[in-house]
Amino acid sequence: MISTKTTFWGYRRENGRVGVRNHVIVLPVDDLSNAAAEAVAHNIKGVMALPHPYGRLQFGADLDLHFRTLIGTGCNPNVAAVVVIGIEDGWTQQVVEGIAKSGKPVVGFGIEQHGDHDTIMRASKAARELLQAASEKHRVECPISELWVSTKCGESDTTSGCGANPTVGNAFDKLYEVGATLVFGETTEITGGEDVIVKRCRTPKVAEDFMVMFNRYQDVVNRHKTSDLSDSQPTKGNILGGLTTIEEKAMGNIQKIGKKCLVDGVLDKAEIPGGPGLWFMDSSSAAAEMVTLCAAAGFAVHFFPTGQGNVIGNPIVPVIKICANPRTVRTMSEHIDVDSCALLQRDMVLDQAGDKLLDMMMRTANGRLTAAEALGHREFVLTRLYESA
Amino acid sequence: MIHFVLHEAKDTVAVAVVEGIKAGATLTAWIMDDDKQVQVTALQDIPIGHKIALKDMSTGDTVFKYGTDIGRVIAPIKTGEHAHVHNIKTKRW
Repeated sequence: MISTKTTFWGYRRENGRVGVRNHVIVLPVDDLSNAAAEAVAHNIKGVMALPHPYGRLQFGADLDLHFRTLIGTGCNPNVAAVVVIGIEDGWTQQVVEGIAKSGKPVVGFGIEQHGDHDTIMRASKAARELLQAASEKHRVECPISELWVSTKCGESDTTSGCGANPTVGNAFDKLYEVGATLVFGETTEITGGEDVIVKRCRTPKVAEDFMVMFNRYQDVVNRHKTSDLSDSQPTKGNILGGLTTIEEKAMGNIQKIGKKCLVDGVLDKAEIPGGPGLWFMDSSSAAAEMVTLCAAAGFAVHFFPTGQGNVIGNPIVPVIKICANPRTVRTMSEHIDVDSCALLQRDMVLDQAGDKLLDMMMRTANGRLTAAEALGHREFVLTRLYESA
Repeated sequence: MIHFVLHEAKDTVAVAVVEGIKAGATLTAWIMDDDKQVQVTALQDIPIGHKIALKDMSTGDTVFKYGTDIGRVIAPIKTGEHAHVHNIKTKRW
């Protein structure tokens, strides 16, 4: 299906990275700026606001992650240009300068001393100019090795581990061979399968770095849990779908990294990988948080296998849903991009399922809208590490 | 038709991959890694996605799926019974 000669049509950005979408976004630095950002997106058709509830009085590592996520989102190659709006100039400029390092057009507006009206007017003028410039960008032919693909599953059930996740794993094995950049994560959802990951790490140092991240998250769970994590990990939805324990869920989760590719390195949340290969990113297992972190790390396409039917999307990254549960495919077909049910009836072998997903990936990279994009799912959820000051 | 799948021959539970499995039915389970089929009779209704026990298990036994330890038995389970949160629990957390 794919080889090193395979190409797709993408948007090459100023820093050389390749995107598969051409969004102009209005990025609020903080909760207070959502109204202005959404007003700009209302005024200028084709510009997208990314509202979120955070960005005030955060500090330390939590603030660093906030900036890293916003700047990374702006730098994502699926984004052509960015309008940043914050309540005050200081942090607004910090985000603008971070995004500007990618060479991408970016402008920032602080609301204080101007008010919403004046800010919305000036930001709308800037957004219109950026949108019109972006509309003249053309797709160019790019080698598949330049595609960055992330994965995270959600509302999993047992069919995820038998069907949808191995489908992703097969596609990941093939993408790994052609030199793509790949990431998986969901740190707590590896509990019970951490030894499997350790054995798949390319070097003892990578394995050691992975275990540091893994144990760090276990400490968080142990510090805050009451009796156990029943109903949270696995979720009520997972349990309804037949998943019983975290170990079972973890073994299903791990199927997403296939059988051959090795873990080449470990990333902190929203950290940008330093080269091709398969990366582990320390992350929450909550769907929108994880996909948002992948987008901030620069990933351009996302594989999202589901069992019971998670409906998630992302504002800037196309989220491709894969499902092997025939009931979910029947009852929620509008959310499913790739149906892998035949795999569990032996009507299709894993190689065929992987190729079917890769075919949908190529079509999506070339411009086809995913179910989540068509349905307007734009979940943008920032990960918080602790309380605000 | 495949009614259940399991990953390895060592697995002590299998997953229902079709809807409407009723108690008393004799069903086909596919061992994916070996590409072999075995028969199992359901003693209870098993919803799609849920697991059926492939052997009798006692309290404290380890449950195997993916050829791996996925938890411990907390109430006796007979071959063909529904295996889930009422009789299996995590060993973690």
